[in-house]
Amino acid sequence: MPTYTLKINGEDRSVDVSSDTPLLWALRDHIGLVGTKYGCGIGQCGACNVHVDGNAIQSCLVPVAQMEGKEITTIEGLSEDGTHPVQEAWKEVDVPQCGYCQAGQIMTASSFLDKNPNPTEDEIKSAMHGNICRCAAYNRIQKAVALAAEKIAK
Amino acid sequence: MSTTISNSFSRRAFLRTSSLAGGGMLIGFNLFTACKNEAKMPVDIASLNFNDFNAFIKIADNGMVTIYSPNPEIGQGVKTSMPMIIAEELDVPWDEVHVEQGILSTKDYTRQVAGGSQSIRHGWDALRQTGATAKQMLINAAAAKWGVDASECTASGGVITNAKGETLGYGDVVKEAAILEIPDEVALKDPKDYTIIGTDAGNVDIEKIVTGKPLFGLDYKTEGMVIASVLRPPSFGKKLESFDDSSVRKMEGVIDVIRFGDFKGGGDKIAVLANTTWQAMKAKEALSAEWSDGTPMESTSNHDKLLTDLLDGTSFNTLRKDGDVEKAFRNADQVVERTYGSPFLPHNCMEPMNFYADVSANKIHLVGPIQTPERTAARVAELLERNSEEVHLEMTRMGGGFGRRLYGDFVMEAAEISHLAKKPVKVVYSREDDMSAGIYRPAIKYRIKAALKDGKISGYHLKEASINSNMYGLIPNFFPAGALENYQVDVAKYDSNITTGAWRAPYTNFLSFAEQSFFDEIAETLEIDPVQMRLDMLQKVKGTTDERIQYSAERMEDVINLAVEKSGYGNPKDGVYQGFCAYYCHNTHVAEVADVLIENNEPVVKKVIVAVDCGIVVNPLGALNQIEGGVVDGVGHAMYGNFTFKDGAPEMNNYDRYRLIRMKEAPKVETHFVKNTLSPTGLGEPTLPPAGAAVSIAMKKATGNRMYRQPFVENMVEKEIIG
Repeated sequence: MPTYTLKINGEDRSVDVSSDTPLLWALRDHIGLVGTKYGCGIGQCGACNVHVDGNAIQSCLVPVAQMEGKEITTIEGLSEDGTHPVQEAWKEVDVPQCGYCQAGQIMTASSFLDKNPNPTEDEIKSAMHGNICRCAAYNRIQKAVALAAEKIAK
Repeated sequence: MSTTISNSFSRRAFLRTSSLAGGGMLIGFNLFTACKNEAKMPVDIASLNFNDFNAFIKIADNGMVTIYSPNPEIGQGVKTSMPMIIAEELDVPWDEVHVEQGILSTKDYTRQVAGGSQSIRHGWDALRQTGATAKQMLINAAAAKWGVDASECTASGGVITNAKGETLGYGDVVKEAAILEIPDEVALKDPKDYTIIGTDAGNVDIEKIVTGKPLFGLDYKTEGMVIASVLRPPSFGKKLESFDDSSVRKMEGVIDVIRFGDFKGGGDKIAVLANTTWQAMKAKEALSAEWSDGTPMESTSNHDKLLTDLLDGTSFNTLRKDGDVEKAFRNADQVVERTYGSPFLPHNCMEPMNFYADVSANKIHLVGPIQTPERTAARVAELLERNSEEVHLEMTRMGGGFGRRLYGDFVMEAAEISHLAKKPVKVVYSREDDMSAGIYRPAIKYRIKAALKDGKISGYHLKEASINSNMYGLIPNFFPAGALENYQVDVAKYDSNITTGAWRAPYTNFLSFAEQSFFDEIAETLEIDPVQMRLDMLQKVKGTTDERIQYSAERMEDVINLAVEKSGYGNPKDGVYQGFCAYYCHNTHVAEVADVLIENNEPVVKKVIVAVDCGIVVNPLGALNQIEGGVVDGVGHAMYGNFTFKDGAPEMNNYDRYRLIRMKEAPKVETHFVKNTLSPTGLGEPTLPPAGAAVSIAMKKATGNRMYRQPFVENMVEKEIIG
């Protein structure tokens, strides 16, 4: 099996995997970062979203072979101690029910707010539309993204 | 004012205490039953076996309190709200309380199940009394130490104070308290003195959730564990004829390929074992198998016909019959009959089904997300012909339940594969596996017929035709039962190969839509206000002596009036179309008003106003989350949920073809609680059933189209929207 060097959360990590292995499974099964979740495997639910060079992407769709030389950030690396404004907002609003989709939601929201720190309600809704929450905590997700934007503005 | 309560079963019998070897006091208690005489308290935390007790509280000698929470957490928040109730009566600061999930080791764990929104309702008395008893024992120990009467001492915030103002922390007296006699009676707090119950407590796992810590079954891992991906029959009813695994065995990471399913080395499933999840999934996809048709393959079009035939036929069971509906129909001024249809629905928990099993010579170790640990552990023991004492089942946090994780089919699979492979194995479903090997909400049709006379409903006959099973328990006694002189509920079912089971708010999730839409149409026919029609009907229920009627006319009036007041029902703003629904299920009374607008020539559900009577609200923050989720889930599945079969196989198996509600479609949910001090009832389910009904009635006003089938989105394309 080929060896790939991935830059994850600021550290170089080597993985021995077949070239078609999705980043999602390299993270979960080889590197031991299980915060990134498997939901659908076809890029429809957003549970596996991570940042690649600052953009939120579905890690179930991208093979490891394409990830060398890119800056990958997972939920574990979003902040050192869970204090990223989006994480803080998520805690304050108490968003999760089952909690499974939340890492993906947070990664989508944080990448979105990096690009648009002062979004309208409709922009928040559009940005988060790709992430499914089966518990349907959408009211709180929307509220937490708006709160995170406020925190970032301070 | 506090109340002194002794239980119907003696306190002595449902809780016990002991000293811990390493220091501290341990309280073991049972939520719904007495302890067995031979029940023994463990002396260290490692041997909490939950054999004789539902749950334990440890009070350490530094005063820290750890609750080994009994109930599985599926996102409904009981891991937070149940310990809140104990902490309230024990009188300790909430931030000094830690909660750990109990580990199941035997089959005797009473109601260790998350389902039916019953966790809080059933636990309310026992949890309060356990907390209050522990507090009294600590006070008694401190009083003895001071040489004063216990009645001169008070306790609050984990500190005991005597008349002189001297204080002792709980931790200072745990050693003495642990060996005291358990008091026969203890005082419970007056709800107005609550400092924890009724306050907002966040999810206990929130820090771990937002930082991506391993919590879920899919995150669980042990040394030497392999992943199993399972090829199951592609259609319900097909049998495995043969398979060729020669090329699959050569694939990277593949360890073994095992036929299983009957616990005898045969069966209709094939497990592909590999080192990693991706390798296992890929190899399973590459496996080729031949299947035979055992029975005719079912499809949605023949289900549709079969259910209609059942409704047209005579093979019904009568679940409730009051008066004489036939006579009412003969004497009616007018008869209205409508038929409502719903599809199968998959649960679609975001965390696909998975379970870990390590079946070895003297122990069966099971780990993962399951709503029914005790039943499942017993079934594994039975199927592997092992002693139930050997089964150790550990629960993880669950990435959703919705009823799917009541069923242990995936645990059985993991146990059988581990048994055959002689290895620790984790079975992992792909999304496609999860959606196509489901235990679905059955497709159902209701036909409702009402006799109208003198401007009122004089007879009501509801018929249910369902796949595999029918409504059960008290459902036939829900409103309008008790409100009508002549009332009858009949059910019939068709036995299918397709596996079906409980789905969030079983039966009522669709029955509510059918009945409440029907009432709206009746009110329209009679040219009366639909809300007033409900209120008038409820009058007959007041003071009923019929014990089957468990909903309360008064509590129903309260939620109806509150929903009307808060939504401005009857006087909507320009361009807003409102649909009203009131419903009782899972012991909770709910009324909802949906606001629908027309945007870009399409009806849009903007807002749902909810009035809820669930008694005392233990954790408002968690309660609101359940209510909001229940409503949006109810709207989502009524609008979009469609799951069809062809040749025995589901026609959709992932989110590209199966539509779940998303952010832009989610209405804003505005919740109002009826304030009272009645015992709390659950919230995981009751707000879901009314949502679809409220939306469909608002849609009717907005578009002129009345919905008789779910999902609505399929109906909406058929007719021109009038706006």
